[in-house]
Amino acid sequence: MQIKSPEFKQSARIALQDENLQKALGNLKAGFPGKRAAAVARMPEFEELRDQARDLKNHILEHLDLYLEEFEARVVENGGQVHWCRTSEDARKTILQICREQDAKTVTKGKSMVTEEINLNEYLEENGVRPVETDLGEYILQLRGDHPSHIIAPAIHLNLEDVSEAFHEHHKRPKSDDPAELMAEAREMLRKQFVAADVGITGANFLVAETGSTIIVTNEGNGDLTQTLPKTHIVVSSIEKVVPTLEDMSLFLRLLARSATGQEYSVYNTLSSGNRRPDDQDGPENFHVVLVDNGRSDMVGTQFQEMLRCIRCSACMNHCPVYGSVGGHSYGWVYPGPMGSVLTPQMIGIEKAGLLPNASTFCGKCEEVCPVRIPLPKLMRHWREKEFEKHLSPKAVRWGLGGWAFFAKRPGLYRLMSASASRFMRLLGGKKGKVSSLPMAAGWTDHRDMPVPTGKTFMQQWKARQKQESK
Amino acid sequence: MSDAHTPPIKVGLFVTCLADMFRPEVAFATVKLLEQAGCSVDVPDTQTCCGQPAFNSGDNQTSRDIARQTIKAFDGYRYVVGPSGSCIGMLHHYPELFTEDDPWKARAEDLKARAFEITSFLVDELGFSGIQSRFNGRITYHDSCSGLRELGIKQQPRQLLAEIDGVEMHEMQEAETCCGFGGTFCVKYPDISNRMVSNKTEFAADSGAETLVGGDLGCLLNMAGKLKREGREIDVRHVVELLADMTDNAAIGEADYDLGKAI
Repeated sequence: MQIKSPEFKQSARIALQDENLQKALGNLKAGFPGKRAAAVARMPEFEELRDQARDLKNHILEHLDLYLEEFEARVVENGGQVHWCRTSEDARKTILQICREQDAKTVTKGKSMVTEEINLNEYLEENGVRPVETDLGEYILQLRGDHPSHIIAPAIHLNLEDVSEAFHEHHKRPKSDDPAELMAEAREMLRKQFVAADVGITGANFLVAETGSTIIVTNEGNGDLTQTLPKTHIVVSSIEKVVPTLEDMSLFLRLLARSATGQEYSVYNTLSSGNRRPDDQDGPENFHVVLVDNGRSDMVGTQFQEMLRCIRCSACMNHCPVYGSVGGHSYGWVYPGPMGSVLTPQMIGIEKAGLLPNASTFCGKCEEVCPVRIPLPKLMRHWREKEFEKHLSPKAVRWGLGGWAFFAKRPGLYRLMSASASRFMRLLGGKKGKVSSLPMAAGWTDHRDMPVPTGKTFMQQWKARQKQESK
Repeated sequence: MSDAHTPPIKVGLFVTCLADMFRPEVAFATVKLLEQAGCSVDVPDTQTCCGQPAFNSGDNQTSRDIARQTIKAFDGYRYVVGPSGSCIGMLHHYPELFTEDDPWKARAEDLKARAFEITSFLVDELGFSGIQSRFNGRITYHDSCSGLRELGIKQQPRQLLAEIDGVEMHEMQEAETCCGFGGTFCVKYPDISNRMVSNKTEFAADSGAETLVGGDLGCLLNMAGKLKREGREIDVRHVVELLADMTDNAAIGEADYDLGKAI
């Protein structure tokens, strides 16, 4: 996927003018936050579970190597194979190699953000393997040559008409705008693919060390068909998804669906523990787990380690007023919203993603709803520190800041500066109480008036009052 | 509360840049409230800005310099009180700027423990309930982000506002959603900020309130500026103006200032 994060500002401006997108974002804001709030209200111990989840994740991250090795040992005992991949390229090559061993022509895919991260689909296509997305949202996007704009509701930027149009064009059927009909149409198309597929690829919400199991959490059941029907099942997962036990997994499951969609549980919670045994009625003959690092182990032990607690619920973006205004594509890479603004600089480099950690008012709503209490504003601020150290912020910003700091560190001069700035603005605003155009603050006055000072500065007035009183 | 037998509580006023420059009435109203609550108020003149612009731009060296300056300015005061959740929230960040072995760390912690936003100071620290004010009209309250999420300010201003004679509270939808000010955010990303403040003014208008009240001048200047541009007939005021019975002057961004009257 092409990186467009440096164009965030322009993309955001276009997104704000896009009526179709704005309508779709309206649906998002009217849906997820209210449903989450209701689910949380029904669960008195929710806040306590968040503490437990945070602490448990911290423990796991301290012993990541240990749990991953335990996980690998159990997978192998269960008859599967684990592949350790340091980079995206390693992961892509490994997956292609497994497909080639099976002489695979068609690969069905369950929803997986990590395969977006490693740019898997494009690579498989280039190498003669046809990936078929089976999650409804992902399927729609694949037909349109589009990418997810949200990590759990990938096609949230589209409206019914867009889906209707895409199906009509690709399925060559009469156009329908009935959601149930469209769903049936997608199901009919996908059934054939499930049966034809040689390999099924899914992601994983968690990896369970004690049993060597992987789990996917879905609402459509497509993931189950993807991993059960083909001869080979490949699980692609990032390394931080490992949890020690099934019981630990349940703790996260209780938080995940509530934080994401406001459901108590997702419709399907499907565990995979190795390949088919002699007595099993179905299941894949080959079971592979591809573990993707891609910069994550570099975060361990740094000020960004807390980001690895993320369980990909999407609560931060569902509640973010910036995401809600501009949508996920504006962020220009795989992971959007607050979690993306922390993760993206790590994965593609701060030089390319520097604008993202700045695209936040630090309102703190994301941290307020994060089920594992990731201090997202703090982590975005840490990226701003890196940016400042590397002199990556625009010159105007650095000079402006430098000038301001010069005065802020000299109280006497600061007094003089604020007194004259106040006077200047009062002269401009006169008795109107506001100015409607200030060239040096056009970003402000293009959209709103600037209230002007109501009199001399407080410090001037306070001094005058003190003098008066001492007389 | 003080009487003839208890000495007044010594408070240093953290003025905040925006109150100092844009709306001195807010600082005077804060002083008046503190005095009503039995405090003696000083204004240390070596204070400037809390340093938040540097802190949020990743410039920790400047933030540290300013933090030391502020800590020194408020040495010796039992409390440091200001009319802003955002600036006081910044004072609460100071300990993060110093390493464990730095002697400034303890001094920063000490300042943090003494630093309060005005409404939470009155309610949480003093248990004050002696508001003497009259304000006729329907109001709505915007919860500014830093105060709400960093300092837990939610019911304190509402509790104090409820003591005012004549006030009628009409809560707006999404009172806790950011107004899009965000310090430098509003000039770095003007289009996004504009969308956010437009949502806010819409909700404020829908509430049926005549006056929009809040505890942070940054947000209030932003929302007032937008309301004026949209031509909406809603006044905007800082919460302390209502609490201190200082609402004779024009609301934020309104015409007819009688310069200097606020003294």
